[in-house]
Amino acid sequence: MSRRCSTTGLRDVVAAVAGLSVALLVVSCSSSSTTASSSSSPAASSSAAAESTLTVLAAASLTATFTKIGTIFQKQNPGSSVTFSFAGSSDLLTQLIAGAPADVFASADTKNMTKATTANLVSGTPVDFASNTLTIVTPPGNSAGVTSFADLAKPGLNVVVCAPQVPCGAATASVETNTGVDLSPVSEENSVTDVLGKVSSGQADAGLVYVTDAKNAAGKVTEVGFSEAAAVVNLYPIATLTASTRPELAARFVDLVTGPQGQKVLADAGFTPAP
Amino acid sequence: MATPTTVWARHRKGRAAVGSGLPGWVFLPAAVGGVFIVLPLLAMLARVQWSSFLALITSESSVAALWLSLKTSTASTILCVVLGAPMALVLARASFPGLRLARSVVLLPLVLPPVVGGIALIYTYGRQGLLGNTLQFLGLKIAFSTTAVIIAQTFVALPFLVLSLEGSLRTAGRRYEAIAATLGARPTTVLRRVTIPLVLPGLISGAVLAFARALGEFGATLTFAGSLQGTTRTLPLEIYLQRETDPDAAVALSLVLVVVAVLIVLATRGQGDGSR
Repeated sequence: MSRRCSTTGLRDVVAAVAGLSVALLVVSCSSSSTTASSSSSPAASSSAAAESTLTVLAAASLTATFTKIGTIFQKQNPGSSVTFSFAGSSDLLTQLIAGAPADVFASADTKNMTKATTANLVSGTPVDFASNTLTIVTPPGNSAGVTSFADLAKPGLNVVVCAPQVPCGAATASVETNTGVDLSPVSEENSVTDVLGKVSSGQADAGLVYVTDAKNAAGKVTEVGFSEAAAVVNLYPIATLTASTRPELAARFVDLVTGPQGQKVLADAGFTPAP
Repeated sequence: MATPTTVWARHRKGRAAVGSGLPGWVFLPAAVGGVFIVLPLLAMLARVQWSSFLALITSESSVAALWLSLKTSTASTILCVVLGAPMALVLARASFPGLRLARSVVLLPLVLPPVVGGIALIYTYGRQGLLGNTLQFLGLKIAFSTTAVIIAQTFVALPFLVLSLEGSLRTAGRRYEAIAATLGARPTTVLRRVTIPLVLPGLISGAVLAFARALGEFGATLTFAGSLQGTTRTLPLEIYLQRETDPDAAVALSLVLVVVAVLIVLATRGQGDGSR
């Protein structure tokens, strides 16, 4: 009895393993074929479903402004819609290189746009559409009494900045070089949002963020502007992508961002026009 | 009498799959699940730039991050044992009203997203948090210190130790403890001479699990402790930062973390088998 049971079991296992290997073979074959054609076919099929949906990958700091611009775009182009994907510029670049179907890319720095251009992802030349500068933020009330960039180097002050690897941190490093003030931050964060969080929660006495972030968090932080910030300008470039299935509509979106209506939305949020 | 022995011998000799008594089809989803776990690791392995691997993982920042991770994870594992073992004993042996609620609360960090844990820790131990003034009065600076990393790691790792040890305590049962007590042993002697030796494998595997969880801690640390090389930037935080500029370095460091994790898993497995 028991012996017969175990042999049946064994046969079942062999069958299952054989079935699985076939299944895996199929999976691996089909997955490799989709990867090969992913740059064109998924985009084509998705755009066939919704007649004119534009996919815009934009830096996280553009969330509020681009959402507004997207609404204007849909009003101006009836029947079309815009889908946004907001994330860190380097994350978006990684997604683009991996074949994410998209029509427009807006980066928070020149570096990631240059990488996109080098990877032949961009059609045409990227256009700078906005710029941003750094500012000091403190918890509401500024109890540490920070009034200048040099004040941030005071001993005993908990200062939080972005890590030099990310755009806001690179800008911070440039300000330090320009002013000759050497900061010893208690933390080097991955993003402006993390810096803002440490300041608004009162963990840190001061932090360096973009003017637009400070404006967005008004009430939760006190902004202390400093004149040296003007020398370090972070540019925001935008470009249409070679993978786009509707380049004409994509170009129209870029025109809206760089045109008077888009520029007004950006200026209202604290962005400076690109030089 | 001879037949059961031969059957048993065959069971022992044959693969577990043959003698498991499971229907054969169970092995198909199980194998798919296994592939689901292993495939991403292999995919990552395929991306490692072996030519520059050593240089990438021995860079100053990488070594600082690995060293900090090992130090803080060890410290938080010790804290987990010191606090978690008594917690497990109370949960497994004591009976008081609200015990079930207490157990659920203890396990909460297990199901909370780590970022939520980090936010909760800020409002507890942060400078403007619940205990902020008290800690400042005592002269303890937790914000942006290595202590903050250890607190975050202990917070997320503690349930692993409690859960694992409580399970062992329940499986071990109270028989030997009761006998020792009837022979005149005091509660502390029973705990020291009977209970702890009995559940030692469970305690060790719980501690190793807690260590592994602490080593992988990311969200609560980033939110609560910050990120500064040598002080608060542990290996997962370093990987996340390297990804911004140098994906190759991020992959290389990820592999280091996987290797450490595999060693830990093997260590616990070995422990478990030895005890059985």
